[in-house]
Amino acid sequence: MKLLVRGGRLVDPAAGRDGRFDVLIEGGVVASVAAEIAPPAGCEVVDATGLVVTPGLIDMHVHLREPGHEYKETIRTGTAAAAAGGFTSVACMANTAPVNDERAVTEFIVTEAARHGFARVHPVGAISKGMAGEELTEMGEMAAAGAVAFSDDGRPVVDTELMRRALLYAQHFGRPILQHAQDLFLSGNGVMHEGEWSTRLGLPGIPGLAEEVMVARDLLLLAETGGRYHVMHLSTARCLELVREGKRRGLGVTCEVTPHHLLLTDQAVADTTFSTNVKMNPPLRSEADRQALLAGLADGTVDALASDHAPHHADEKDVEFSAAPFGIVGLETMVSLGLDRLVRPGVIGLGRFVELLTAGPARILGLETGTLAPGRPGDLTLLALDREVTVDPATFRSKGRNTPFAGWKLRGAPVGTILGGVPVRLP
Amino acid sequence: MNAESWHRKDLLGIADLSPEEIRLILDTAESFREVAERPIKKVPTLRGKTVINLFFESSTRTRSSFEIAEKRLSADNMNFSTSGSALEKGESLVDTALNLEAMSPDLVVIRHRAPGVPHLLAARLRSGVINAGDGAHEHPTQALLDAFTIRRHKGRLDGLTVTIVGDIEHSRVVRSNIHLLTKMGSRVRVAGPRTMLPPALEALGVEVHTELEPAIAGADVVMMLRIQLERMNRKLFPSSREYFQRFALTRERLGAAREDAIVMHPGPMNRGVEIASDVADGPQSVILEQVAAGVAVRMAVLYLLSGVREEEG
Ligand SMILES: [Zn+2]
Repeated sequence: MKLLVRGGRLVDPAAGRDGRFDVLIEGGVVASVAAEIAPPAGCEVVDATGLVVTPGLIDMHVHLREPGHEYKETIRTGTAAAAAGGFTSVACMANTAPVNDERAVTEFIVTEAARHGFARVHPVGAISKGMAGEELTEMGEMAAAGAVAFSDDGRPVVDTELMRRALLYAQHFGRPILQHAQDLFLSGNGVMHEGEWSTRLGLPGIPGLAEEVMVARDLLLLAETGGRYHVMHLSTARCLELVREGKRRGLGVTCEVTPHHLLLTDQAVADTTFSTNVKMNPPLRSEADRQALLAGLADGTVDALASDHAPHHADEKDVEFSAAPFGIVGLETMVSLGLDRLVRPGVIGLGRFVELLTAGPARILGLETGTLAPGRPGDLTLLALDREVTVDPATFRSKGRNTPFAGWKLRGAPVGTILGGVPVRLP
Repeated sequence: MNAESWHRKDLLGIADLSPEEIRLILDTAESFREVAERPIKKVPTLRGKTVINLFFESSTRTRSSFEIAEKRLSADNMNFSTSGSALEKGESLVDTALNLEAMSPDLVVIRHRAPGVPHLLAARLRSGVINAGDGAHEHPTQALLDAFTIRRHKGRLDGLTVTIVGDIEHSRVVRSNIHLLTKMGSRVRVAGPRTMLPPALEALGVEVHTELEPAIAGADVVMMLRIQLERMNRKLFPSSREYFQRFALTRERLGAAREDAIVMHPGPMNRGVEIASDVADGPQSVILEQVAAGVAVRMAVLYLLSGVREEEG
């Protein structure tokens, strides 16, 4: 099977390309990338004239909820949401039921994902058994079954000694440790960022320190252990500074930020009169933090954009703010939000934006995707920069409708994905 | 502004109110105050109206105050409290709201430990909603009754210095009072142990103190907050003894305030923790007047929100 994507503007930062290129895919992998490729016999042609073509986008932080919480999301609906949102690869977190803390669960996820074929699913295995924060999991077994990284996301690794051992042990498999950085003592029963708005609203706060103390600790460990450490959903200015400093010292540290931390602040809790769709963990931070994150995107400190797609059932979110679960969906809004609110105003260029969703996460997770070179997987995303969209949760492929971006009018949208040389068609 | 120009369906917090609305509530309360002095303390104003008191958190004081206000206005009232009702059986708030709606009450008075719950109900219910305290967020009728009491003693609400002392972080009373007093043109000082002061308080337009004496110096009003002994294990302060030593209002410390300063407390008091008995019972204390003001202010709020505009009162 051959597929030629012709006539588009190819933006592939890792390959140093931004211009008019055609991409030919054969047998699921890239055969050639050139200024003009004549379609070989029997070749399907995708006309990308007027569109931007990128290596298939990667969301390195999603919760697909299966096994165990299928009422919130399934691998099928989650990967359909990924494809609708322009993603060909996602990395899914281990906080399912059962927890992805052993080979059988990892294999189940891989098999189930392959059956639907809307996007590649890269499981993230748990660091500790049952995510209980006590004993290491069989990382080798899970890595062999396809786990690309290890994380207890949803919970931090609190036990300092466990974190030290995890950083050491994961190196045997060349896998990074992804940390949900949160000092649980400092975050306490907090439900929003601790600052002026928590003071005004009388809601218990989660100080930025809760994240910073944990990252500072982990970086001290990392300097001793070596290996690779990744800060998930980094949300504060000082935390970003810690990562910047760590990189300067040559540590194997990387970080991701989410669109919501880049585009919203803690004031949203007041502005929405306690909407539970602005409740997530880490919480929306201050304007100063937000500005620092935007600067980190531009100066290269941030390695990846990730959605932290966290679907919840409508009934679970339709409660008082304090009682609602943390998290929002993001797979189907991230690309348009980025194109309209980051690229269009010039916070970052299109190339940098694409890098944060392709080469950046691919490097962290050791994926073959993320750039288009002969022999690499034939995954592509097509973007229409001028398409106007209004975020409408009713149209989501995800089972989750919990987004703070409903009603936002955005310019720029994904229009299709190609997975292993096959255009993805959603039912 | 007069009662005809009042168009709010709900009273959710002081933060949303204009100075004119605050004045209207206080003026209306003045006219209800004299009802308490009649031999028959009842007016037919809200006859045929139904008020539901929904208390998810126990509060003898605020609930009885609302109940008396409702009865004096001849409203039919119903009480739901946490124990022994669906509220305890895990029914969601939204289901509770829908059930209430089915009973078509005119007003719902709600107390809940989570900030924003009155707002959640107000958005779902056709009936008016009165916030009787939502977590550490707001307690508008408390601030209104405090203002009512201050105004009676000082003749005004502007140009005063009001000092509020205690666990500022966890107090809804302090937030509503800050909003009200700053809106009306008074200066608010807050004071408490550093462990009980939330961040960015200055953004609310108040002066922040960590020692009692300078906070009280020259004040017209000293308002002491209840220290919640049940928070003792929460790393906020080591003992009530040490709290008393540093932050309790004693007769000696009160000397720093203006000679005609009044002493207030939203109750219930912990004598010997945040306030010495001789101050609580002393000549400057207006604590019992606050309780009486509570009924008048709540009558005013119930009346204004009920939409009844006949001059039967
Ligand atoms: Zn997380």
